Amino acid sequence: MLLKGKAFKFGNDINTDYIISGKYKFKTLDMNELAKHVMEDLDPNFYEKIHEGDMIVAGTNFGCGSSREQAPLAIKYAKISCVLASSFARIFYRNAINTGLPVIECDTSKIDAEDLLEVDLQKGIVYNKTKSIEIPVTPLPDVMIKILKDGGLIDHFKKHGDFNFE
Amino acid sequence: MSKTIAEKIFSQHSGVDAYAGDLVVAQLDFVMGQDGTAPLAINSFNEMGGEELFDASKVAFVIDHSAPSPLEGVSALHKLMREFSTRKKHMLYDIGEGVCHQLVPEQGHVVPGDLVVGADSHTCTYGAINAFSTGVGSTDLAAAMISGKLWFKVPDTIKFICEGTLQPGVFSKDLILRIIGDISADGATYMATEFVGEAISTMEVDERFTISNMAIEMGAKAGLMEFDEKVEKWLSGRSNKTPRPVSADPDATYIQVINYDVSQLEPQVACPHTVDNVSPLIEVENLPIQQAFIGTCTNGRLNDLRVASKILAGKKIAPDVRFIVAPASRSVFLDAMNEGIIQTLVESGAAVVTPGCGPCVGTHNGVPSDGEVVLSTANRNFKGRMGNSKAFIYLASPATVASSALTGKITDPRSFI
Ligand code: SF4
Repeated sequence: MLLKGKAFKFGNDINTDYIISGKYKFKTLDMNELAKHVMEDLDPNFYEKIHEGDMIVAGTNFGCGSSREQAPLAIKYAKISCVLASSFARIFYRNAINTGLPVIECDTSKIDAEDLLEVDLQKGIVYNKTKSIEIPVTPLPDVMIKILKDGGLIDHFKKHGDFNFE
Repeated sequence: MSKTIAEKIFSQHSGVDAYAGDLVVAQLDFVMGQDGTAPLAINSFNEMGGEELFDASKVAFVIDHSAPSPLEGVSALHKLMREFSTRKKHMLYDIGEGVCHQLVPEQGHVVPGDLVVGADSHTCTYGAINAFSTGVGSTDLAAAMISGKLWFKVPDTIKFICEGTLQPGVFSKDLILRIIGDISADGATYMATEFVGEAISTMEVDERFTISNMAIEMGAKAGLMEFDEKVEKWLSGRSNKTPRPVSADPDATYIQVINYDVSQLEPQVACPHTVDNVSPLIEVENLPIQQAFIGTCTNGRLNDLRVASKILAGKKIAPDVRFIVAPASRSVFLDAMNEGIIQTLVESGAAVVTPGCGPCVGTHNGVPSDGEVVLSTANRNFKGRMGNSKAFIYLASPATVASSALTGKITDPRSFI
């Protein structure tokens, strides 16, 4: 799968409260509604600015803080195609894979705001079109690749009825 | 080969001789969800085709994050949880019972040697009683509810050796804030932490929970401590489960060993808007505050309320400060009433709210206004955390919060102790 979009840059330690504030997540399970408030405390107009396929690009420790799965889901429902960061917080990383949001660990210092990016998930390649450079990607653990291939953990369980990494 | 606590618990629960870096599928002893995460887990459970729980006696939901419900939307989610629990015949702690991380150990659901997951990041709290417990998301919780298992990467461990004795007026909260300030918000990401040494073994279990609770604030998967007679005593009368204490081997491999001498430690404060933005209190002393909050799974325990009531006894809080107290559980609330602590706090000017999370996570019961400064005993001070992104949250020990409520500005508790 080839993903294409514009980079929206954020800094280090972007926590789940910034991704989707706690004051919204308790109110509803309507992810389209939550998506409207994604990144709101950092950039009040973020949702209006983005287009389908655009990418969130951040520094270290993206997704730190709470275990709310509403965070990757709000990003996914805002039609962001993937998140690239120098590193991710553990629970967010698991949640993203489980819910089928592609997360890519790579050196994001070579990406500036508004750069056009192409991400080949199969090959694990990030191509910065604006700068004409290829950025290497840290590969996912095998277990996560199997879950992603099944389309997330829900589909993995639908298919196998249990964990199946054979 | 020698093992850390994490390596031993994962080996025992996966049937594999596991070391840091290994991927294992491990059996779980207990799983928990709260009202911010369980509703989504119920959706995932249904979508996965889940029918029965792996073991209804090992599953609990807690309605604490937005309890009692302040809004219709929340009420609908609470109802969803109640109906699911009734159908699946598992435990549900409803409004007023308390914060999940107080309830799970207090009600005897977790004992030393257990492997526990909770759909809440501060599930790492139970490390203080020698269990490996960690936070997961809703879909992982659903998979755990169906299968009783989850996959894990066995983590490396950072060991903190804390020697010396804390001065009067300095508490476990000050120590963990200092450590997080030093290690940073992602200094232990993907890793477990172990806390050992005289400073830990002389602490009461209530104080140890504060440290394990905040391990996630440096990215850690778990905040583990050894079993000892204090844990044994704390557990007696709470749980029918048999403890299986796990000790690290003396020559286990650690990714890092960090030494602290706590005897010179001063009260610490985490400043806005990150938990690792920690300064000695003296650097922010006298900063005016508008709201003081004592509660949460970090510092809403009996011990915490007791320390606060000693400082506030017979005195009144500053006239321009709002002082909110949320006991961590119904049982803490009752014990505090029996000891006269609640009486003292209310007489001093406290607004006591239902045991639960409310103010901590900004759902209700104390949302600050624009530009206001809050001093809180919670574990997070992110922008917007308490419901208003234009407020400023500082974190400190219950003693510091109580002293500051009296003066209306950030105050060193040592002047009151
Ligand atoms: S008290 Fe705060 S940190 Fe603890 S579980 Fe509740 S919301 Fe989370």
